[in-house]
Amino acid sequence: MELKQTILVEEHKTLGAKLAPFGGWFMPIQYSGIIAEHKWTRNSCSVFDICHMGEFIVRGELQASCLDKLVTSDLAGMSCGSCRYGFMLDQAGGIIDDVIVYKIKEDEWMLVVNAATIDRDFTHIKNHISSQVNIENVSDTLGKLDLQGPDSCEVLKKIIGDDIAKLKYYKFGYFPMMGEQILISRTGYTGERGYELYISNEKIVDLWKLLLEDDRVKPAGLGARDTLRLEMCYPLYGQDIDKQSSPFEAGLDKFVDLSKEFIGKEEVLKKKEDSIGKKLSCFMTQARRAPRHNYKIYNKDKEIGVVTSGSFSPSLSCGIGMGYIELGYNKAGTEIVLKEGNIEIEAKVVEKPFYKEGTARR
Amino acid sequence: MNVPTGLFYTKEHEWVNIEGKKVTMGIDDYAQSSLGDITFIELPKVGDVCEQFKQFATVESVKAASDVYAPLSGKIIKVNEEVQNSPEIVNQSPYENGWFVVIELSDEKEKDNLMDSTAYQKYLEENKE
Repeated sequence: MELKQTILVEEHKTLGAKLAPFGGWFMPIQYSGIIAEHKWTRNSCSVFDICHMGEFIVRGELQASCLDKLVTSDLAGMSCGSCRYGFMLDQAGGIIDDVIVYKIKEDEWMLVVNAATIDRDFTHIKNHISSQVNIENVSDTLGKLDLQGPDSCEVLKKIIGDDIAKLKYYKFGYFPMMGEQILISRTGYTGERGYELYISNEKIVDLWKLLLEDDRVKPAGLGARDTLRLEMCYPLYGQDIDKQSSPFEAGLDKFVDLSKEFIGKEEVLKKKEDSIGKKLSCFMTQARRAPRHNYKIYNKDKEIGVVTSGSFSPSLSCGIGMGYIELGYNKAGTEIVLKEGNIEIEAKVVEKPFYKEGTARR
Repeated sequence: MNVPTGLFYTKEHEWVNIEGKKVTMGIDDYAQSSLGDITFIELPKVGDVCEQFKQFATVESVKAASDVYAPLSGKIIKVNEEVQNSPEIVNQSPYENGWFVVIELSDEKEKDNLMDSTAYQKYLEENKE
């Protein structure tokens, strides 16, 4: 399959980025280095090219359009100008994607989905949404930049004025920028105070350059995005959650509203009752060696699970990871060993998140 | 890419400095740059034996764990403890402070399986993506 490129690819090359395939896209993994970019995001502010992610616009009322049935979280309780995280399940109750739903108007919604699943998600939605409803895949024309870090609010204030400071966590609004009213939400994937900016593709390069004019802003790649989200224990679709897992075993129950109807509800409840017997858990190594995807998890000689995400933590200077662990062995403090070939790493189950100083909600 | 003359290289991007029987080894500038930030290094112990082109060390970067292969066979006589405590030294100085081990060479003829800096430079250019 030919890799897609974002509109910013030449900018990334100019900045000396290392580019690599991710979710069908040729994306910047790092510029100066993952650790430096990670720390800069925690302490100041970074801009990430997230143009690869998908956006769909649904024009129709929640119930009449059947949109409510497509997402597991409570959408009826949302006010205009708010965002909500949730899952799309298939008929078998498997997670086909995690999404953020934006309520623009009573009869206009935006769904933000993962890059690798855009086509599959769009087909799934088309198959289940009311035929009266207009749904548009705007992924190819709408760009997205994430500005993340404790300084992000001050940086945006300087460009668009004080109003941005009033925007609360998981809310969005339209702000004047570069001759356009652009959608900005107070959301992100780093655990720091931050914003996601949606703007037409023609203006992405100018917006990228405008944000980088501020000395507090540096570019960061998907490498740092991954270590930042892992320190917060945010799941990555395709790695920590997928069609085989359920929101319950992933510990994400609060994004499933059991008081409403949604696709896959019966099956996912069955999975819950059958007591899947494992839970997505977090662990930390005693030294600098890091857990890696697919390493096996042991307690003494008993195999009790598998690692789904693992990395060196730039904030904590030790290895951190998440993985599915058998119930009974997933309590904080439990000593485990991570194994692969002749590698053996001692680790301990801990409470999430790993990084507790995040400014996202401040 | 920095490829100092006088050293010998492998296709897997390790280097050696041969001073008689005494050989210092490490990973080269190309390797450290493609790995990115190095976060952990596992080295053999003094007295262990390494065999040419067989794994003798492990290097981890933020993104991945990679095996490191011995450019030459011999007995380990010195281990760089500093890079184990501060692995970022390998990113900063792959050929000087970032050396991995010193071995006592067991077979001089094995050197014929390595590339000098000119040959290695050419190899790097031919294998550019």
